[in-house]
Amino acid sequence: MTDFVQLWVYLSTTPLFGLTATLLVYLLAQTVYGWFGQAPWANPVLWTVLLLATLLSLSGTPYPTYFSGAQFIHFLLGPAVVALAWPLWQRREEVRRRAGPLLLAALAGGASASASAVAIGWSLGLPDELLRSLAPKSVTAPVAMGIAEQLGGIPALAAVFAVLTGLVGAISAKYLFDAVGAMPARVRGFALGTASHGIGAARALHVDADAGAYAGLALGLQVVLAALLIPLIARIL
Amino acid sequence: MTASPLLTGLAWLLLCQSIGEATSRLAHLPLPGPVIGMLILLLLLRWKVVREPVAAAADALLAHLSLLFVPVGVGVMTHMALISQYGLRLLLALVLSTWIGLLVTALVLRATLRRSDKAPAA
Repeated sequence: MTDFVQLWVYLSTTPLFGLTATLLVYLLAQTVYGWFGQAPWANPVLWTVLLLATLLSLSGTPYPTYFSGAQFIHFLLGPAVVALAWPLWQRREEVRRRAGPLLLAALAGGASASASAVAIGWSLGLPDELLRSLAPKSVTAPVAMGIAEQLGGIPALAAVFAVLTGLVGAISAKYLFDAVGAMPARVRGFALGTASHGIGAARALHVDADAGAYAGLALGLQVVLAALLIPLIARIL
Repeated sequence: MTASPLLTGLAWLLLCQSIGEATSRLAHLPLPGPVIGMLILLLLLRWKVVREPVAAAADALLAHLSLLFVPVGVGVMTHMALISQYGLRLLLALVLSTWIGLLVTALVLRATLRRSDKAPAA
């Protein structure tokens, strides 16, 4: 027994632990997601995060210890943002032909999500620091961190808000769209990529290839628009 | 022996990100490094030597995009104090604003696409 405890203490402090735990729990969550017919509430990111956070709390493992291993996965978010050039390039004809509607929708959706988050937070009396971290919440996590830093928010918190926003969209978009009537797959996908970045786009991709393609497109557009416009607007305000 | 497309593609992605980071810092641009990297890659994709390996790497990376958010998501546990203090209000702001963003995007796009599809091809 003491041997086992010693082994656990050793393993849980090496980077190997965080990396292995993340991958194993995610694979498990993905399998369960499949069992439930990819139901929105069975979202694999949601359950992986909940399970890992519980596991770390119960075993008394501090987050930095976990992150020393998980950072290898986290690091890939940067190259993934660069990789968004590929879906954008593949749909360059579409983007050129529908540039007006797509840009207008991306701007309107991104601006209303960001402004309403800050306005609702402000009216509920949230402190300034939290509001500044809420503003870039519809942008994919690594970019949201960069924007929050420029705004004087807390980058780590902005990343968490971005992940939560992605989850809210991925879990509830289906019910929301069903409630407001006929929405074509590409429109649903574009909205998910705009308001719920990568996690929303991943959900769209599971449901429909057309929706997934438009979600990837929206994700790429939102990253550029938000990175340019949010700091600019914040400076004017 | 030919180089693996996956590794060559990953090298292009990292190279573009590095140039992006350097440009962002040196020129004090408001755009984060990876975003500039994405714009640079968009210009390079017209060449087949870049396009083919990048397609392999980008498809592999983007297929597992949701996994990449897990480490940041678990970070929620380090903000338990804030969450227990403002949890409900934060949740309200996050959920409502996400719904507003989803609906505004979808309604604007549906309306404008209908109009542009009706108009004669330009």
